[in-house]
Amino acid sequence: MITLSIDGRELKAEKGQTILQVASENGIDIPTLCYHEALEPYGACRLCVVEIFKGGRSRVVASCLYPVEEGLEVKTSSPRVLDNRKMILELLLARCCKNKVIQELAAQMGIEQPSFKPEYLEDNDCILCGLCVRACEQVVGVSAISLVNRGITKEVAPPFFEAATACIGCGSCYYVCPTGAIKMEDKGDTRIIHNWKVEFKLKKCKVCGNYWAPEKQLDYIRDKLHLPEEFFDVCPDCK
Amino acid sequence: MMDEKVIAVINKYNGDKGQLISILQDIQAEYYYLPKEALVQASEAMDIPLSHVYSLVTFFKAFSLEPRGKHLVSVCLGTACHVRGVARVLDKIERSLDIGRGETTKDHKFTLETVNCMGCCAVGPAVKIDGEYFGQMSTDKVDPLLAKFE
Repeated sequence: MITLSIDGRELKAEKGQTILQVASENGIDIPTLCYHEALEPYGACRLCVVEIFKGGRSRVVASCLYPVEEGLEVKTSSPRVLDNRKMILELLLARCCKNKVIQELAAQMGIEQPSFKPEYLEDNDCILCGLCVRACEQVVGVSAISLVNRGITKEVAPPFFEAATACIGCGSCYYVCPTGAIKMEDKGDTRIIHNWKVEFKLKKCKVCGNYWAPEKQLDYIRDKLHLPEEFFDVCPDCK
Repeated sequence: MMDEKVIAVINKYNGDKGQLISILQDIQAEYYYLPKEALVQASEAMDIPLSHVYSLVTFFKAFSLEPRGKHLVSVCLGTACHVRGVARVLDKIERSLDIGRGETTKDHKFTLETVNCMGCCAVGPAVKIDGEYFGQMSTDKVDPLLAKFE
């Protein structure tokens, strides 16, 4: 057991936990966009920065990646943290000036208008947090998409910017995306994920007749778990 | 289509996933660039998702997805080479090969690229061809030098 303090509260934590995990377990709110409990922390969005004090010095670190230490003193909203977080949001807002999620987060930090000149603003929805890429790799296990190029040209894309052949249409990327950058729709018997240029036929439930999941996804799960052929003939609601 | 060159390179490294960069470098040495088919094949043979391979080759500038010439000409635009007049040398190379920076000659013999410093400032203006360094370059040395790499 490790004892540390967050915002003046004495807390107990397991070795190996991160500051963010301990904070959220104890109801201390730290904003973040790129963290998901089902995935390895990645430290991409930097919104979860906190100030840590040890040995008479203080540092600003990403709480989603920083493992707790004995006697560590953490402040989640010191002036230095708020300054940093505000700047990060200014930059995110400059990249995604029309994105509702980013606009709302910025407004919470008191940023009503982007501080950058209009010519520097971009109308992007993706913040390159890599949640979709990581979910596809770590949870789904197909790695249909990845981060491509680097620097200012970096983006999430399928290989060669062509249709993502490995994609099974599960939509995990769509559900996990914090900013709604991935466009997916189910139209009749077809699911379309526009970003990866893919279309999937949906399976019809034998009982209710609803189209409920992509056939390719169900085949993938059936293969993986060695389920019988007719296992997915009926949707979960009718089972 | 199974390409034996690609298979040979992978076998050389016993298909070790950790050696992916070395394998891609060797494949690039064969073709002077990374053809899409070779990447697909390497990904399948080594059981590495194609998206990982693609992510990696687009990250490193040393990898090219566009066909390149047999010889890679790198012209140093670092500060030392710059003040010693590398701009004129680059200009002359561009005219001699009839291509711009980042381009490849029609006969696929030369690809011209510029770099920011090669760490041999003392001999600037410096030009590197296929890993070999040529210092104290001047415009009249360009054509004889290129002729050596026909």
